[in-house]
Amino acid sequence: MPDLPSPLIPANVAGWFRSRGWAPHPHQIAMVEAAEAGDSALLIAPTGGGKTLAGFLPSLIELAERPREGLHTLYISPLKALAVDIQRNLEEPVAEMRLPIRTETRTGDTPESKRRRQRAHPPQILMTTPESLALLLSYADSAAIFRHLRCVIVDELHALAGTKRGDLLALGLARLARLAPAARRVGLSATVAEPDQLLAWLSRTGRADNGDVRLVTGRAGASAEVEILTTRERLPWAGHMAMHALGEVYQRIRGHRTTLVFVNTRAQAELVFQELWRINDDNLPIALHHGSLAAEQRRKVEAAMAAGKLRAVVATSSLDLGIDWAAVDLVVQVGAPKGASRLVQRIGRANHRLDEPSRALLVPANRFEVLECRAAVDAVASMSLDGERPRPGGLDVLAQHMLGMACADPFRPDDLYDEVVCAAPYANLARDEFDDVLDFVATGGYALGNYERFHRLVMREDGRMAVAGPAVARQYRMNVGTITQEAMLRVRLNRGPVLGEVEEYFIQDLTPGDTFMFAGQLLKFLGVREMEAQVAKGGTGEPKVPAYAGGRLPLTSALADRVRAMLADPAQWPGLPEDVQEWLRLQRWRSVLPARDGLLVESFPKAGKRFLVVYAFEGRNAHQTLGMLLTRRMERMGCGPLGFVATDYVLAVWSLRTPRDMDALFDQDMLGDDLEAWMDESSMLRRTFRNVALITGVIDRRHPGQEKSGRQVTFSSDLIYDVLRKHDPGHVLLRATRADAAGGLTDIRRLSDFLARVKGRITHKDLDRISPLAVPVILEIGRERVDGSATDELLEQAAADLVAEAMPELGSEGDSQGRLAL
Amino acid sequence: MAMDTTITLRGAALAPDASGALVWPAERTLVVADLHLEKGSAFAARGRMLPPYDTRATLDRLAGLVERLKPARVICLGDSFHDRRAASRMDPADVERLKALTVRAEDWVWVTGNHDPEPPEGFGGRIVDELALGPLTFRHEAVPGAVGELSGHLHPAAAVLVPGRRVRERCFAFDGAKLILPAFGAFTGGLNVLNPAISGLLAKPFEVHLLARGKVHRFPAGRLSPDSG
Repeated sequence: MPDLPSPLIPANVAGWFRSRGWAPHPHQIAMVEAAEAGDSALLIAPTGGGKTLAGFLPSLIELAERPREGLHTLYISPLKALAVDIQRNLEEPVAEMRLPIRTETRTGDTPESKRRRQRAHPPQILMTTPESLALLLSYADSAAIFRHLRCVIVDELHALAGTKRGDLLALGLARLARLAPAARRVGLSATVAEPDQLLAWLSRTGRADNGDVRLVTGRAGASAEVEILTTRERLPWAGHMAMHALGEVYQRIRGHRTTLVFVNTRAQAELVFQELWRINDDNLPIALHHGSLAAEQRRKVEAAMAAGKLRAVVATSSLDLGIDWAAVDLVVQVGAPKGASRLVQRIGRANHRLDEPSRALLVPANRFEVLECRAAVDAVASMSLDGERPRPGGLDVLAQHMLGMACADPFRPDDLYDEVVCAAPYANLARDEFDDVLDFVATGGYALGNYERFHRLVMREDGRMAVAGPAVARQYRMNVGTITQEAMLRVRLNRGPVLGEVEEYFIQDLTPGDTFMFAGQLLKFLGVREMEAQVAKGGTGEPKVPAYAGGRLPLTSALADRVRAMLADPAQWPGLPEDVQEWLRLQRWRSVLPARDGLLVESFPKAGKRFLVVYAFEGRNAHQTLGMLLTRRMERMGCGPLGFVATDYVLAVWSLRTPRDMDALFDQDMLGDDLEAWMDESSMLRRTFRNVALITGVIDRRHPGQEKSGRQVTFSSDLIYDVLRKHDPGHVLLRATRADAAGGLTDIRRLSDFLARVKGRITHKDLDRISPLAVPVILEIGRERVDGSATDELLEQAAADLVAEAMPELGSEGDSQGRLAL
Repeated sequence: MAMDTTITLRGAALAPDASGALVWPAERTLVVADLHLEKGSAFAARGRMLPPYDTRATLDRLAGLVERLKPARVICLGDSFHDRRAASRMDPADVERLKALTVRAEDWVWVTGNHDPEPPEGFGGRIVDELALGPLTFRHEAVPGAVGELSGHLHPAAAVLVPGRRVRERCFAFDGAKLILPAFGAFTGGLNVLNPAISGLLAKPFEVHLLARGKVHRFPAGRLSPDSG
């Protein structure tokens, strides 16, 4: 650390650092240098170490030396709470350095009067979110607001890039570049595998090789100490809850100041929290934090954490980002981390003093997870994180942005196209694709074409597109944003406080008297009143646990590759727990180990059925899709498929007969007609379409207080989907839906890579009984909850039978109970 | 084993069809409710760019039924057109489709509804406020206490819980005295029959004939699940 103050740091700022006993870090000085040169900058640094201050420092210096009115710096955070927290933290140095700077936040919670004032008299530094920025940019006075902007800071860039929110923000930045050409961009990011993608994202051209963005790397702290829990208990064969190890986790919590316990799903959070309290003989203050708890409750937990009042918090990804807690000295990951980048970021939540190592404990829940945890630790040690191919920006997001831009100011299509392709997610957007989206925004873009009269945008005589009327702008502003979720219901305790929200479909499957676990307690469902689920504490019977649809992230390709390599190479086994090594040795003896590059398929009889186990290691979503496609094909081959179950590692299909020709079974052509046919029927596609319809404003978001009353007026997106699919299959809404699904829930991209990779390299072992490696997946059968996320597709099929079979039965039962007196 | 889903109303044997239409074989009569033609374009006119194919989709389904059943009489139970200007927004090809369809039954009857108190002329067929036919009365909105009445208007739907999931679909609602038909139109949602707007009109216990997976399934009201809204 340089003792001499940098010539770039003015005396009052340097004095402030000294008064704190600090000196500016080299990366903070590098950020100031980049600003002096007028360059944008990407700062990659672990949490802590003054990353946020590094982002703001150049702006503080500039405003200290040349005080001025007007918006100077815009700070954008993915979390409202983070924007508020950063604003509070920045007030301190601003006040202590006596800088003539106003800092304010602007989010969905900002009162209307303050928003209006902010537009008329913006502060020098404004903290906001991608959605609030989109709204600001849709006003006619946006040019005046942003004219003097000098700097845009995007925090947690790694979490935004590659998402639809990131797409919306990238388009917003492209607009800002036109309104304020002098504004620099600053990205703050956790460690990532491919900085080039973030450099491109920040560049004014949307491309990494433009050279307008400097890469600044923060000093890496002491390397993390990551340990995999060697349990004294016997390692479970299957399951994800790691209940066996929670006694040991509890002892670790006792031995540390503050522990963050990360889990992968909300259901896991509820169960782990329950179990920790059951064994909490010392009454340690342990709290729960996940995304569907009431905001108030979450704030309370965060505040208690900040005040050092808690010994542990059980959390989902809801705490992956956000406020720094210096007091955390241990991070526990229950269940496998699913990706190396994610693990690094979670570990980074501990111990923000850079000279001390972060401490983390991984708790595998089953034998495969032991391998995955080991692979993740190796990946972290060698700093090889998961790189993912950047996905092209969503056409639905583009449609929303176009409408917003028309609300701000009529545009020439050529100009907007030139602007949009400067945003990295849209850098490769073809002009005709752009025109299709514009056509959709303007008139619906339907092939039938009788909507010319009902345009939302009109072409004026000067060649600019303008909104057709104020109602269109109002509608845009009601629907802005890309965050869509399942319909949710508030959960209220005995007419008392709201505990949080759960998915409507979960509540619909409950009958009064059923119990479920939520917000860390056992609740009895009383009924639904006024759009709220009424509950009471307590109750009896096996509780249900609300599960997210698609809440589980699939294993990343990079991590899967390491697991395959480890399995194939016995030299890597020492260091694994003894029962895991024994398991692998047995597998080698009884069958064969999956090769690193090929595909092992085992078949064996069990309980009168034939099982086929596919060791694909491509993650749950891709396996789910593969399962649907394989069973279709086996049906045609006459094998009589009966069902399948997918985990992150393996797919198991059971049937009446085993297919003979594995090469034919796994032929790449399954991604043709079968895929098309399945996708059309798939409930995943319907769900994806609903999101696209919401983002594009085809259907309205439901806002609290405007819920349907009496007559059902809300439009079911399913009705629209069916009609569109039949009459206009090439429509841009459907193209956007398929593109989404290909990368997301169905993971077709990954499946397609897999089929290409294993072509001609399939090893088929026909066994007389189940192999050791197959045990975990066979145990998963019937263990998957029917209301869980993963079996959704299977259910779709089962339901067809259920409706046909179960209903006549119910119907006759109903006859005896309630025959109508006619 | 097919379930018997025939409905007997004042001695008339009526067959609910899985398409949402009702067939009265003795009278060679086909009844459909709430076509809501041009609902999509009505939304589009207000800036909601729904696909414009709902009229075509609805007419295709109706034409398929007419082709299959060859009825002598077709009764549209009101709200056939989504609003007064629906005809003016209809695609010319769809106008021709509809004209060709109405001449295929000897008697095509447009019952008026609240959305179409004055259905457009020129599509063929006759327009009535309500229709009495033998023991039965056909009208758009159910009248409390009426007997032998067929109506639409309410878009009934019902939900049942089967192991592992909830099935919610359109349905016929029947209490022995009156029968409420589901909406036939492509963009028509449904209101749960347990909502007082529907259940309040029906004598208890009533039953529904649920349209699921291409079949009609009969359930007593006691087996139904309410909506959470």
